[in-house]
Amino acid sequence: MKARVHVTLKNGVLDPQGKAIGHSLNRLGFPEVGDVRQGKFIELELAETDKAKAKARLEDMCKKLLANTVIENYSIELVG
Amino acid sequence: MKSAILVFPGSNREGDVAQAIELVTGRRPQMVWHGDGDFEKVDLIVVPGGFSYGDYLRCGAMAAQSPVMAEVKKRAAQGVPVLGICNGFQIVTEAGLLPGTLMRNSHLKFVCADVHLKVETSQSLFTNRYQAGQVIKVPVAHAEGNYFADADTMKKLEDRGQIAFRYCAPDGTVDGRGNPNGSSSNIAGVFNETKTVLGLMPHPENAVEPMFGGTDGRGLFEGMVEALS
Repeated sequence: MKARVHVTLKNGVLDPQGKAIGHSLNRLGFPEVGDVRQGKFIELELAETDKAKAKARLEDMCKKLLANTVIENYSIELVG
Repeated sequence: MKSAILVFPGSNREGDVAQAIELVTGRRPQMVWHGDGDFEKVDLIVVPGGFSYGDYLRCGAMAAQSPVMAEVKKRAAQGVPVLGICNGFQIVTEAGLLPGTLMRNSHLKFVCADVHLKVETSQSLFTNRYQAGQVIKVPVAHAEGNYFADADTMKKLEDRGQIAFRYCAPDGTVDGRGNPNGSSSNIAGVFNETKTVLGLMPHPENAVEPMFGGTDGRGLFEGMVEALS
């Protein structure tokens, strides 16, 4: 099964990279762009067929390595 | 004082810190490769600067999970002093030995410059050679040195005196002017609760010889020798 993990900065944590991206888009002729927050997208191939088990293992992976929960949130999506 | 310096793929200041320690102890530290789960008993463990594992995922994230760090965590829990410098600071926070984390500099640029630091306390094995309030000049070289912790953690750090160094102006004023990276409350270095673990972004090991721009970092190494020998 395939899993997709999104890692994003928590609300309230300053995101200077997101800000810089927003400014650049404004300058490139996209004045409709307001606040921009950037993050990471991680796709994993799992040797597991049970969705509940996979989800629990992914939670553990996020807490141990994929996200730094001091500043980041994560969300898990299972596909196929 | 017997010491060990951890070496990860991508470390690059291990030689500098080894030289600084040898200068004050006359003894060459042991270099320990990241894959080694066990190493000789020592009085001090140093996690040096660099770009361990190419800063993949997050600075220090990979190194924090290496076999050698599992052993370092065990020893730190037994009270063995640990000093994390620059990338080493990022590694020990990722490993959970210190609170908070180091984020991208607020201006998004790599900063390589001499900075001034206010020593917050002399009451630790790392800072006993300095006076509280003393201003020292040491270099920084990093892109992710922006210290961040949530409001509760920040309050605990302040209340328990866990802040070791703050960025400041040459006259000791702590404000935005002396802050090179956007760190919360100008934090340049923090202790754990027992003050046996210190992490800092600046490089005291690069301020130990007059011909390299100053000797203000030397006190940190001399203080450790005094406390640990």
